[in-house]
Order: sequence, then C-alpha cells, then structure tokens
Amino acid sequence: MLNKSGSYERSVGGTLDWWLIGCYFILVLFGVLNIYASIQNTEPSSIFALDTRSGKQIMWIGISVVVALALIFFFPPRLFDVISPFLYGLILCLLVLVIFIGGSVKGSHSWFTLGPVSFQPAEVSKITTSLFLATIVSRFGLEKRGFIMAVLIILVPMMIIVLEHETGSALVYVGFIFMLYREGLSGWVVLLMLLCIVLFIITLTSSSFWAILLLLAIVSLSDSVQNGQLKWWIPVAAAIICANCFIPAPYNLWAILAESSIYACYSFWRAFRGHYQGFRWATLATLLLGTALVLLSRFFFDNVLKDYQRSRIEVLLNIKEDFSGAGYNVRQSLIAIGSGGFFGKGYLKGTQTAYGFVPEQSTDFIFCTVGEEWGFAGCLFLLAVYGFMLYRIIRDSERSREAFIRIYGYCLAGCIFMHLIINLGMTLGLMPVIGIPLPLMSYGGSSVLSFTVMLFIFISLYRNERKYF
Amino acid sequence: MNIGKDTRLLIGFGVALLVLLLRLFQIQVIDGSYKSDAANQAMYRKTIYPSRGIIYDRNGTILVGNKITYDLMVTPREIREPFDTALLAEILQVDTSFIKEKFRYYRKYRTRIGWQTQLMMKQIPSEVFLKFMESQYLFPGFNGVERTTRDYPINSGGNLLGYCSEVDDAFMAKHPGEYRAGDYYGKTGIEAAREKELRGEKGYNIFLRGSNNRIKDHYMDGAYDKEAVPGKDVVTTIDASLQNYGQRLMQGKVGAMVAIEPSTGEILTLVSSPCINVNALADFSAHYEEIASDPYRPMFNRAVASAYPPGSVFKLVNGLIGLQEGVLTPSTRYPCNKGYVYGKKKLGCHNHPSPLNMEQSIMMSCNGYYCYVFKSLLENKKYKNVSEGFDVWRDYVQSFGFGHKLGSDFPSERGGNVPTSTYYDRVYRKRWNSNTVISLSIGQGELGCTPLHIANLAATIANRGYYYIPHIVKASEGVEIDPKYYEKQYTKVSPENFEKIIPGMWRAVNAGPESGATAWVGEVKGLDICGKTGTAQNPHGADNSVFICFAPRDNPKIAVAVYVENGGWGATWAVPMASLLVEKYLTGEVTRPELEQRMMNANLMHKVKAVKVKK
Repeated sequence: MLNKSGSYERSVGGTLDWWLIGCYFILVLFGVLNIYASIQNTEPSSIFALDTRSGKQIMWIGISVVVALALIFFFPPRLFDVISPFLYGLILCLLVLVIFIGGSVKGSHSWFTLGPVSFQPAEVSKITTSLFLATIVSRFGLEKRGFIMAVLIILVPMMIIVLEHETGSALVYVGFIFMLYREGLSGWVVLLMLLCIVLFIITLTSSSFWAILLLLAIVSLSDSVQNGQLKWWIPVAAAIICANCFIPAPYNLWAILAESSIYACYSFWRAFRGHYQGFRWATLATLLLGTALVLLSRFFFDNVLKDYQRSRIEVLLNIKEDFSGAGYNVRQSLIAIGSGGFFGKGYLKGTQTAYGFVPEQSTDFIFCTVGEEWGFAGCLFLLAVYGFMLYRIIRDSERSREAFIRIYGYCLAGCIFMHLIINLGMTLGLMPVIGIPLPLMSYGGSSVLSFTVMLFIFISLYRNERKYF
Repeated sequence: MNIGKDTRLLIGFGVALLVLLLRLFQIQVIDGSYKSDAANQAMYRKTIYPSRGIIYDRNGTILVGNKITYDLMVTPREIREPFDTALLAEILQVDTSFIKEKFRYYRKYRTRIGWQTQLMMKQIPSEVFLKFMESQYLFPGFNGVERTTRDYPINSGGNLLGYCSEVDDAFMAKHPGEYRAGDYYGKTGIEAAREKELRGEKGYNIFLRGSNNRIKDHYMDGAYDKEAVPGKDVVTTIDASLQNYGQRLMQGKVGAMVAIEPSTGEILTLVSSPCINVNALADFSAHYEEIASDPYRPMFNRAVASAYPPGSVFKLVNGLIGLQEGVLTPSTRYPCNKGYVYGKKKLGCHNHPSPLNMEQSIMMSCNGYYCYVFKSLLENKKYKNVSEGFDVWRDYVQSFGFGHKLGSDFPSERGGNVPTSTYYDRVYRKRWNSNTVISLSIGQGELGCTPLHIANLAATIANRGYYYIPHIVKASEGVEIDPKYYEKQYTKVSPENFEKIIPGMWRAVNAGPESGATAWVGEVKGLDICGKTGTAQNPHGADNSVFICFAPRDNPKIAVAVYVENGGWGATWAVPMASLLVEKYLTGEVTRPELEQRMMNANLMHKVKAVKVKK
C-alpha cells in the first residue's frame, strides 16, 4: 500500500514495538519515584527540583527521550552496520585514554569529567561492541574466523575495563555469550562456563548451601529437559527449594548434601538402567564434580589461604571494602528489603533507605527502596516488567529477518540480563558487592542515557525492518 | 528436541529471575528477623538503667549501696590505625598482654564480630577511667559506658545479702520480656528475694539512627522517651553492727549464728560461717572460681539450709510437751547414774547429782531425765500404742516449726526433718518401741533442724508459746511483706507451761560455776539471759557446740541460737559467743574483752572435715 510520500512505509504507530516502549517508561518513571524516596528525607524538596537527584534524573530522562526520538525519526538505521567499526574503534581509544587522563571516581579510573557532566566510556562501549559484533557475526557467521573475531571483539574492551577497575562493567560482557549461543555455540559450553563462575561466586559470597542448591537445580533441570520430564521437575523443584528455605543455617548444608546424594543415586540408577545414558552420566559427573568444587573452594578459601591471599581474591572478585565494609552493605540491603514484607511499608514510608543505612541507595542499591517500600509485590512486578522486556526483545529478534538485528537484539538482552542478575544478586546477598547499576532505574545520567540509546537503536532497527514487511 | 535456542535461553532467564524471586520471598515473607533488625536499627532505643534499690539495715545504715564504675567498650572495626598498646595498658593499669590477648580474639572472630561493639574491660573504677578520658582521643574506637555496681560500705551480711549477676539464657526464658542480655539481676539472698522491688524500671531514649550507627535526632523530640524508675529501697531487719559483730565472732569457725527479735520475728543477725566477704559480691563472677572451690562452701547458707541435729536444746521441746501432756510436772524427779539404761544399752550422761527435778535437769542438761520424759510420752496410756504416742509427739514438735520450712523470706531455706512413725515402721519393720528411738529425747537421731529453727525455738520460749515467722525484710514505702509475718504462730503447748521451764533456763546461765549449771560462762549481770546448751553428736569428728538463749527474762528483746560445727561442748564456744552477742545488742558494749578476743581469734577450721569440691 502506497502512502502519501510514495513509499510502502507503514506508519510509526504500526511499526514501533509499543510494549517495549511501555516497559521503558514504566522502568524509568518507577526509577525516578524510588530515587526520590531514597533521598527525600535527607534532602526534603520537590521531586522535580533540579538540584536533587530525582530532578536530575528527570532531566536525564528528558534528554534520553529526545535522543530516542532522534534515533527513531532522524538517524537512518542502515548506517549502524556501516559505522559500527568506527564507533567501536573510537570508544576503544577512549577506554584506553580514560585510564590515563580520567578522573578517579570511587577508585575506578573510568570517568571523563567535563565540567558538571561526567561520562563513562565503559557504558557506551557496550553499545558499540554490540553493534560491531552484529556487523561481524552477521557477515562472517561463527565459523572459525568469525568466532575468533567475535571473541576478540568481546575480550578486548572487557580487559581494558578490568584495567579501569570496573569489574562490574566487565562482567556484563559475559552476557554476549547468550548471543554466541544463539548463533551456534554449543549450549553445554555456555552452561558449564556459567555454572563454574556462578558456583564459585556463590560459594564464596553466600554459602555452600546456596551453591549446591543451585547446582542441583540446574543439573536436575537439564536432565529433565533432556528426558522430557519438565512438567515433573517444576513442582518437585519448587517444593524442595521452598522446604530448604525453612531449614536453619548450619543444617541446611547437610540437608542439601543429602538431597544431592539421593538425586545422584537416582540418576546413577537411571543411567545404569538404560535411557539417555550418555547424558545422564554427564550430568551425574557435573553434579559430583560441582559439589566437590563448591566444598573444596570453601574449604580452600577458609582454611588453606592466608589472610592476605584471601583479601586478594576478595579484591579480585571486587568485594568492595568501602569505609564500612562489604558485609555491612549487604546486611543493610537485606534488612531494608527484608523489612518490606509482602506489601511493603508504603511509598515514602521506608525507614532504612530514607535514613541512609543503605549505601549507594539511589544508584547501585536502588532496588532496596523498591523492596522496602513496595514489598514482595512490588519486586514481583518489577521483575515481571524486566522479564517481559527480555522476552519482547528476544521475540522481536527472532522475528527479524536480518541477522544484524537479531544479533544486536541478543546482545542487548544479554547486557540487560547481566545487569539485572548482578545488581539484584548483589542487593540480595547472593553475589559479591559489585558496583553496577540497575538498568534504567538507578540514578545516573550516563547509565540512563546509554541504556536508552542501546534500547532505542534496537527499536529503531526493528521498526526499520517492519516498515517494509 | 524441538525447543528452539531462543526458548531455551528464555527459560534460562526465567529460572534466574525465579531464583531471585525465591530469595526475595525468603527474606521478605518467610524470614521475620529482618523486620525486627530494621526496627532496632532505625530507631535506636538507648536504655537508661535505673539505679538499683538500696538495702538498709533496721537502723537506716546502708548495707548495700551503688557506686559508679565504667565498662570499657571497643568497636574493633573502628580502629583504623595501630594504637599505643603500652600506653593504654598503663592507663588502665593492666598488663599489655591482656590487651593483646583481647585483640587476638577480636581478630580471630572478626567476621562474627563485624561492627559490633565489644566489652573489653569491666568495672573500671572512676579514678582510672578519668585518666582514660583524658587521652581518649588517642584511642578511637574505644569508649566507656557508665554502670552502677553494688557497693558495700560495711562488711556486714555477706551471703545473706546475696549478689547480682548478669542474666543468663535460662533466667531470661523464665522471665520473658523482662530482661535483656547484659542486664543484672539478684541471684541469691535479699538481692534475689526482693529482685522485683530492687531492680526498678528501665527507661529509654528513642533516637533515630543514621547509617554508620551515628545517632541523628531524638525521635519526636523525646515524646516517646521513658524515664527510668529507680529501684525501691529495701529495709532489712538486720542490725548492721550486730551482724558485723556476729561475723567477727564466727570467723574461723564453721556454723551459724541467728538472732531474732522475739516480739516481731525480725532477724537481727544471721551469720553463716564461713562468710562471703562483701568485697567479693560486687564483682562476683571475678571471685566465683575462688569461692566455689572453697572446701568449706561459703556460698552455702548454713543458717537456713543446713539441717543439724539440735542436741540438748531439744530437751526443752520434750519437756514442754511432757508438761502439756501431763506426764511431767516441775517437781517430777528421775534418777540418773551417768546415763539411762535400757535393755543392755546405756545412753550416757555426764557427772551430776541425782535424782534431779525438772528445773535442775534443764540447768544441768541431764540426758537420763529426758529419756524418762520421752518414754512416758510415747508410752502414755491415753494412746493405743507407742506409734500413736509418737504421732502425737510429732504434732507437737511440728507446731514449733520443726520439720518443715518456717516460711521465712530466704529462697534457700530448708525444712529439716522430724521422722514419722511410718518411717520407723519401715526401718524397723514395725518392731520398735520408745527405747528404739530414745535418742530423739535429747535431740539426736533422725532430727534435723536448721539454726533458724533453733533460734525460732528460743524466740518461741521467749514469747511463752508463740512465734512470728522469722523474716529479714521489713515493710517500708513501696515494699510490702507477706501478712503472715504479722501473725502469731501458736505452738500446741500452752503459755503457762512455758513459764515452768524458764526458771531452769535462767539458772543454767545464772546459777554460778559451782552449781553445776552448764552455761554459767555466759552470765552477764543484770541481763537475765536464759539459755540452754547443747552438745550435738557429729559423725564427722568432734561434737557440735550449740546454745540457744533469750534475754532479758521478762520482755525479751533478743533470742539467739549459735551452732558451731565440731566445737565440742556447748559451753566452750556457743555459750560465750551468744552471750557476747546478747550483751553487745542490749548494752551496746562488751564488758569482757578477753573473752571476746579469745572467741574472735579462735580458729576451729582444722577440726572440720572439709568437703571436697567437685570441679
């Protein structure tokens, strides 16, 4: 159908993914509300006052929306494929440069400071890396040369960012593995890699119990998916996980070890008897080796390592030693969230976040305010929005006929997912305290703007395609 | 498998979010501890400890007061830089190794301690603490907390007063909601018996607390703060100087000394020896090991908890029952040839003229006489058999307060023992008669009485037939005592029969050395002390020295019981000590300094079989 301008373009309304845009606005506005709640006691003023964090955040959202409109209406999406190598190169230069001339914020040399505005190249690097990956992988695939190039494109900025002491941002790059998986990397490689990292981190930061629980859940899940027994796995696993929550701390480790051994025996019997033998043996081995890894790393960390060695690993994991200690942050965060209960204390009625118990409460720990004032119901809503957003991105990516858009979409989803997991894992005491913002919600212009740009490039790319199909 | 990679990835994302949700559910809905933590944290209730009530003696002298000491607290994590350990040790007057040891501990358990503040040193006297205050700026992370501890102006009371100690889990479980960790409570003695009055009510200031535990403001400008209510003062019936005097007399001996005001039942003095020095009470936990391992068990309050055979003082009871039952009159005479012969056995007696009448039998403490009395009581024709006669006798004995708790306000009081006829039926398979149980006639055998029982007997005789339940706390403003302490407790023996035995008691003390009176050494001219000696057999060595008395004869002001383990004759130790105590109380001074010195300096500890303390 020809429209007025003589092309087959569909209207804006019909081509944009309004669900994604809706999620975007829910998140940024909910973010502003919570930023205001977290500061309103120490700085009582209007939510719009520009000298407060909430006011500044609103200003940044305004700027972001303008940029988003520009991306949708003025920037030709085709250009991304062309300019991505240049953007990638430019940001790489800035990443290196910032180490030498950047200002130091909280011990990391990752910020350019221009008057009142601070700018963190690492934030933008996610976008350029995603674009460049989309260009390269869509062109070369993941066969030998393409795979090596893709890995290098991911690793180079990642390493530079580690050198900037921004381990959190670097960890986000692990999220690109989801794209690699979609484009052909074996799922088992991904799972094993993730599993080792997660088990190690959880063992050291939370407890051996949680690590083994997770291991058992993952192993039994993959087993049941492989054997088509998923419908049994879900209720059984949910029941066991809930039951374990009620067992007090020193005993739950024994409980989970008992459950693991029962499962191992069952698995062994099934493997011995016949079906899916190879797979069962593999999962059984994973379970046993994983449990050994958890117990040994805990033992090793506690009993073999000297104090200074321990603290080196803690630094390596970036378990931050701020002025009141890492344990303090997590504890305060847990108290704030835990005190919220099911329905929360009500908006602006939180005591923990308002009185400044939680450090970084409007930036990295913004989720504490949500947990305290909106309760479990609010958290559930928030996670649902994020989950829906991820679903929508993956869905749109899969519907796209261009590899470039699909790859970029998976990169976007991976980044958002990693941010979400690391940030919430940190506030819930499941992961080390790694300073990383909650996408679109945490206070910080640089963060909001870069996520907006990253999301709206995708929306724009997707719209561009839909215009013609 | 027909599940696409995109779906698998979404399932993976979903599982990860589900883990987060479960964790949220756990901390927000299942685990309630975070909610109370939050309340504790944002609103800091600073407890204001009330001052504990003061314990006075009957004349207004302070037995137990309060003094301010300081506890040194340290928050190990706040110590950023090394500090001068040697200087701190010097200021606190401790060894550097003490501080080093503490910090070794803090380092070892640093994860568990976290940001908590630790108690480093207890009960620092204010003069030492002032020195620390001067240089506190050198030691960030350290600060002092004011505490009131117990203060004992005079060494009077010891384990009678009891001590306070920090609440333990068991105690808190028994009194839910009343105490919190770190509170003190009275554990023994008056401190325990009157805990409710003494402790007062804790108050609090509510502060809003910011991060880093920095206190920000008074919550609602202090509208919800609560003042502490100081503990109520307790006035005891103790006479502080008499108590102190009694303790000095009893030092070096094992036993007890109890003095009662007969007209009220108020305990004037209650000494259990060996005694706990009051200096040890203030910080009892520091001395606990030493006191608990003392083979003479100073924590054991013998005066109210040790059941002794009363010995010859019990003859008075048998005499009174005999008079009441009509088997004995003051003119009844019985022969005694150095003992009482029954069957092939003989219950020995000392050398004295024979036969004796009742008055003489009390004065000279004849064993044989009371064997006859007891025999005639049990074999009284009024009753079917010996067993029934025994039950009647037992009823009488119990009416004097023996064989059960008197009901005093000592938590540790014991009831002693008066055997029952069923007991003898069991032991002798129903084949027993008055001769079998004849030792009861002279206060031996299965009888067990506490020194408090015996003193109560003296008070009962002084009152001619009734007693008030002995007690140690007086009613005062805000402190009530049980109305039972105001009620006369009558014995089953009528007053006129009491009058009949008192001349014998008077003569036992006042008849002079040549008369054969057993307690002549206790005579004080003009005080009219009436008494009865006892020499109770002790299976663990020499006899126990016993004496009860009251004075003056008319309108008695004081009734005393003295019980000295392994002291020998009643006259050797118990009589002089009781006599000195009476003299001190009635006249305020002692006219026999030599006797006093001899009593105070005597050390009989080597005669007493020490109890091995189990560790």
